[in-house]
Amino acid sequence: MRPETEAELAHMIADATGPLRIVGGGTRSFGAGAGEALSTAGLSGVTLYEPGALTLVVRAGTPLAEVEDVLAAEGQRLAFEPMDHRSLLGTSGAPTIGGMVAANVSGPRRIAVGACRDFLLGVRFVDGMGRVLKNGGRVMKNVTGYDLTRLMAGSYGTLGVISEVSLKVLPIPRACLTLALDGLDDARAVAALSRALGSPYEVSGAAHLAAGHKHTMIRLEGFDASVAYRAEQMRALLAEFGDWQLEEDCTVWQEIRDVTALQGGGDVWRVSARPTDGPMLAARATGADVVYDWGGGLIWLRVPVGTDVRAALGDFAGHATLVRAAPEVKARLGMFHPATPPVAAIEAGLRARFDPRGILNPGLMTPREGAA
Amino acid sequence: MEMPVPDAAIISGKDRIVARLVAALPPGTVISDPAETLAYECDGLAAYSCAPLAVILPRTTAEVSAALKICHEMSVPVVPRGAGTSLAGGATPTADCVILGIARMTEVLEVDLDSRIIRVETGRTNLAVTGAVEEHGFFYAPDPSSQLACAIAGNIAMNSGGAHCLKYGVTTNNLLGVTMVMMDGTVTEIGGAYLDAGGLDLLALICGSEGQLGVVTEATLRILPKPEGARPVLIGYDSNEVAGACVSDIIKAGVLPVAIEFMDRPCIRATEAFANAGYPDCEALLIVEVEGSPAEIDEQFAIILEIARRHDPVELRQSASPEESARIWLGRKSAFGAMGQMGDYMCLDGTIPVSQLPFVLRRIGELSDEFGLKVGNVFHAGDGNMHPLILYDANAPGQLELCEAMGAEILKLCVEVGGCLTGEHGVGIEKRDLMTYQYAPEDLEIQMAVKDVFDPGWLLNPAKVFPLGASAARRVAAE
Ligand SMILES: Cc1cc2nc3c(=O)[nH]c(=O)nc-3n(C[C@H](O)[C@H](O)[C@H](O)COP(=O)(O)OP(=O)(O)OC[C@H]3O[C@@H](n4cnc5c(N)ncnc54)[C@H](O)[C@@H]3O)c2cc1C
Repeated sequence: MRPETEAELAHMIADATGPLRIVGGGTRSFGAGAGEALSTAGLSGVTLYEPGALTLVVRAGTPLAEVEDVLAAEGQRLAFEPMDHRSLLGTSGAPTIGGMVAANVSGPRRIAVGACRDFLLGVRFVDGMGRVLKNGGRVMKNVTGYDLTRLMAGSYGTLGVISEVSLKVLPIPRACLTLALDGLDDARAVAALSRALGSPYEVSGAAHLAAGHKHTMIRLEGFDASVAYRAEQMRALLAEFGDWQLEEDCTVWQEIRDVTALQGGGDVWRVSARPTDGPMLAARATGADVVYDWGGGLIWLRVPVGTDVRAALGDFAGHATLVRAAPEVKARLGMFHPATPPVAAIEAGLRARFDPRGILNPGLMTPREGAA
Repeated sequence: MEMPVPDAAIISGKDRIVARLVAALPPGTVISDPAETLAYECDGLAAYSCAPLAVILPRTTAEVSAALKICHEMSVPVVPRGAGTSLAGGATPTADCVILGIARMTEVLEVDLDSRIIRVETGRTNLAVTGAVEEHGFFYAPDPSSQLACAIAGNIAMNSGGAHCLKYGVTTNNLLGVTMVMMDGTVTEIGGAYLDAGGLDLLALICGSEGQLGVVTEATLRILPKPEGARPVLIGYDSNEVAGACVSDIIKAGVLPVAIEFMDRPCIRATEAFANAGYPDCEALLIVEVEGSPAEIDEQFAIILEIARRHDPVELRQSASPEESARIWLGRKSAFGAMGQMGDYMCLDGTIPVSQLPFVLRRIGELSDEFGLKVGNVFHAGDGNMHPLILYDANAPGQLELCEAMGAEILKLCVEVGGCLTGEHGVGIEKRDLMTYQYAPEDLEIQMAVKDVFDPGWLLNPAKVFPLGASAARRVAAE
């Protein structure tokens, strides 16, 4: 199925008799996958772009690359730095705006500016009964009624098929500098990142590659003189950790964003935790290859196929998502972290309202029941 | 503003209800003496008041749970309350409701500077959250003008904004986790000291739900390191169009001011008469504030001034010292007070696309003439969040209704140009019946279906947010 309009999309869902697998560009195919494919590729195009108001309205099937080009022509971008999953998951195709929103995909700059959901101003979507619904709008501040807009971000197509979104965009800063240092162990690295993030110098990236050279990185962005000033202040502030090198090339952040260090074999887990817990949690996953982002609060782990990382981590504040694994491993361990009974009940209730027939990406986010 | 007919059975059962609550809760927790419940009969929308059946002031999450369980069993509507500063009537009681106020729950539960979070009980005021981390060089970013009084609970329920949200976002962008008590007494944790709670984004639903989904008793909030400094520049223009264009150009240039405030001529004149801040008598005045070290501020000023000059300003004044900054802000900060001196006022907060500013200001001026009511505009221009203040005389018969009618026209206008009814104050009872201008019936239906999930009996703050007609079936079925 490949609707060309929102109305067609609505008809197709209303008429569907079995499960549907919602596909954008297919680059973030996280699993599940029963049901007939429903492609959003036909719902494409930028419907409104006002650079002076920092707003973009775009149909869900629009390739991300196309949007990035349109924005770059005006010196703007999607500031939350959406990760490209292709290298990590070994997928091909072209990521779409709808897929990015449905998975709430954000990158290293998330710690400074917010996640994809924080830039989402409004959505149009078709629910599991084929009803065309909208929420939010295209203005920066909006508290009119419940925030279903953000609810749709990160719902992985299980509550509705997004047809159009409005996003806040931001100007691309003129300058970028990276401070880098090799050789810190995990705990020292996260301590350095915490100190950096606790300074007034507006860090927009804070990562540590635990393997190899033990490479710690801090990113500063803004106007030229300002970035140069902040970099010097930061070097002084973090002098006790070592002699930080200044690198003008910021493309390295694309590798952090896409976690290229963990491409290839093995299962990959993504853990969101309290930043200062990061090293302790990574240590519990004995032998894992580790990449820290978000100042230690985002921990990427590569482990041998079939490892139950949640069991290894035990009880902790946060959640672990199984991002890359064979279908049978995902089926056994579950992609998403189990929820507490009250939360699982709320989620089940919401699904029953948005998709009463349970036909939208069934099983992708469920079951989530089970103690956390 | 219409309110539902109170449930006579509940009102006549008052003694029984109060007795059960008193028996279950520590002494002094339940107030039922009409002389004492008087203090809770309205919020910041003071034109509407009604004494509640009783008021519960718990000290712990367990007490909140016990109280809700009883109200649930006895089918008594509950209106959660923070500090009662809502401008939309979010905390307005009904005669058959119990007010559940969390103002006694003010503790700081945890501060973790390394992970940049604070966990507080939600009765704590907004300013006192910053107060708890200030000495370490941190602050909590969303700063509603009411921050001295308003509680984090109310901020979460309304998804409140503030003067600095252009850079730092509103409450939902700074909220990491909550402890919430459901109407049936179930206590649940959502999110915590980490980014992006797992599963569906329930935090997003709770933030801005105006006390209709659950009672939030604890919150984990993001705190940020304080900037090195901040300074404003004041720019005056002879036309709203030009001022609007200047705002767009500044935003496009890549400067990220913490605030871009806008005042129109009626508002400038009122504040000059009141506070004498030395503002020019012009059509539109902008205050743009940027942050950083002195040199960084100068770097940003240079860009802003270059843009401002291109648009031919009648006044351009940059602050070089804290004293000059205070003077520039003086008029803006006294704007509400100044308008208040001129009479009673109603403050709206519709949001519009920035590109529509000149058109909307012109239309508001025309409406002001049509209705014969004065309007001053002072607002957050960077994000298009208008704050028209309509002046009226509360003692003159019919004036409140006239003012409300004019307010409704302005809000409809905001929606027509691609904006929304409310940018930060919430719907409450004030904009409840205008919701149909922004949302189709099915868009409201799915929102009400969300409430069905959290509160199937429609007992939590049931008469708010949704047009009474739209929610009637659910509220009646619940009785
Ligand atoms: C002078 C003045 C200036 C203001 N300036 C701003 C501003 O700049 N920006 C802005 O956004 N707002 C502003 N406001 C509006 C108001 O201060 C905010 O909406 C504030 O967040 C309300 O907080 P509160 O504690 O007073 O909540 P209340 O008024 O007590 O309640 C507000 C809503 O929250 C619900 N609620 C309260 N406690 C709980 C709880 N524990 N769990 C669940 N729901 C709960 C209530 O039911 C109600 O719907 C201003 C108000 C005034 C009077």
